[in-house]
Amino acid sequence: MSASISTPLALIAELTHRCPLHCVYCSNPLELTRRDSELPTEAWARVFREAAELGVLQADFTGGEPLARPDLSQLIRAARAAGLYVSLITSGLPLDEKRLDDLAQAGVDHIQVSFQGACEQSSLEFADAGVFAQKLRVTKWIKRHRIALTLNFVIHRQNLDQLEEMLALAEQIIPGRVEFAHVQYYGWAFSNLRSLLPTRAQLDRSLEFLKKAEELLRGRIRVEYVVPDYYAKYPKACMGGWGRKLMLITPRGDVLPCHAAASLPDMKFENVAEKPLRTIWHESPSFQKFRGEEWMPEPCRSCDRRSLDFGGCRCQALLLANDATVTDPVCSLAPQRHIVDELLAEVNAAPTMPVIAGEPTKIEWIYRSNRM
Amino acid sequence: MAPETTSRPRLAPGCRLNERASQPRVLLMPERALRLNGPSLEIVERCDGTHTVQQIVSELQKLYSQAEPQKVEQDILGYLALLNEKRALDFE
Ligand code: SF4
Ligand code: SF4
Repeated sequence: MSASISTPLALIAELTHRCPLHCVYCSNPLELTRRDSELPTEAWARVFREAAELGVLQADFTGGEPLARPDLSQLIRAARAAGLYVSLITSGLPLDEKRLDDLAQAGVDHIQVSFQGACEQSSLEFADAGVFAQKLRVTKWIKRHRIALTLNFVIHRQNLDQLEEMLALAEQIIPGRVEFAHVQYYGWAFSNLRSLLPTRAQLDRSLEFLKKAEELLRGRIRVEYVVPDYYAKYPKACMGGWGRKLMLITPRGDVLPCHAAASLPDMKFENVAEKPLRTIWHESPSFQKFRGEEWMPEPCRSCDRRSLDFGGCRCQALLLANDATVTDPVCSLAPQRHIVDELLAEVNAAPTMPVIAGEPTKIEWIYRSNRM
Repeated sequence: MAPETTSRPRLAPGCRLNERASQPRVLLMPERALRLNGPSLEIVERCDGTHTVQQIVSELQKLYSQAEPQKVEQDILGYLALLNEKRALDFE
């Protein structure tokens, strides 16, 4: 019997993998799609119409760096014409005032600018690019338009001690929304896991701080935060459940249930060039595979929380336990929880080295390449 | 924050109603969508920066004339404060 299929609410459109930055926690796959395999403008326009027909309300334009696509304004126009709410998730590079005017004209609703920290040194250290000053300029320009602005601080072991400065920056810029998002350990971030995972003490301090920040900014700025579930008792409901709310389309048009799904073995993904989105959402084996509860192993199968977290993240199960079909190892009830505990013991025993202004750390980062 | 009756509520930048007639009406904002029923839709449609809170209240009191006027006013003020806290609404 097939599980009842809900309506997807949002479409994550990975427009390109091209990007001028090299973030050590980039969630892109290790194998990047080349420019000449990217979907053309008209194909995306059709995808947006099909998504809206299916009930999707929002499109998140991401990448790579969406600004790397010269047809970005046309893509925004096409998504708006289809009736979607358009968010642009960007590093702010390469952007100038003129191009921002074009994007605003095209109807972009919301721009999220991501920050590596609260200083230039953080950009250099974590993105291998000095882009901090440019990001500040971009936020100022955005505020001149009627576009929603989110500041997204990606936080981890090496910059958790800058929370105070990040908050000060938010108070200075006053975006509608600020997100403090702990790195999620997939893609390049998993390669740098040991240098990114915070200690328990760092995490506790940060949560306390963020709770206070939320109070302080109430009514002025919406504060949200994402915690690393390695420290949680139960896993996060990854993507709101497999094939329940979201779908992601890669630069070449493959339709995925989540960011990291391409890393799962024996999975074949359908492409928007071959089938309508509705058929893919309802019928494709990749979406059916972990939809509902049929696939669940014990202890999930008989657990009361299975309709809340859906057994956790399949990609995390693969990365940590080398088996995508087991209970997410971050769950305290999972037979493989010891793997996470061992990792945590290791990173909690290691010293933390805060980033000092003007000085690079001695960490041997694996930077996200731009080789395709 | 409870709004002043003379202020003019306006949807915040990047917050708007969906435009597809075939879909249920929702208020769209970053990473979120709020479903709107009869009265909440009537309120949000008037949050255009020209109606004052007082005008919205009296128009809805007329529209929902069977309901207790004071209750209508309280509900509207509560709803506007909620939207403001979600950063979906500014009081201008
Ligand atoms: S390298 Fe950084 S800016 Fe570029 S796509 Fe990855 S996370 Fe985003
Ligand atoms: S056992 Fe499975 S369903 Fe229960 S909390 Fe853990 S991951 Fe969630």
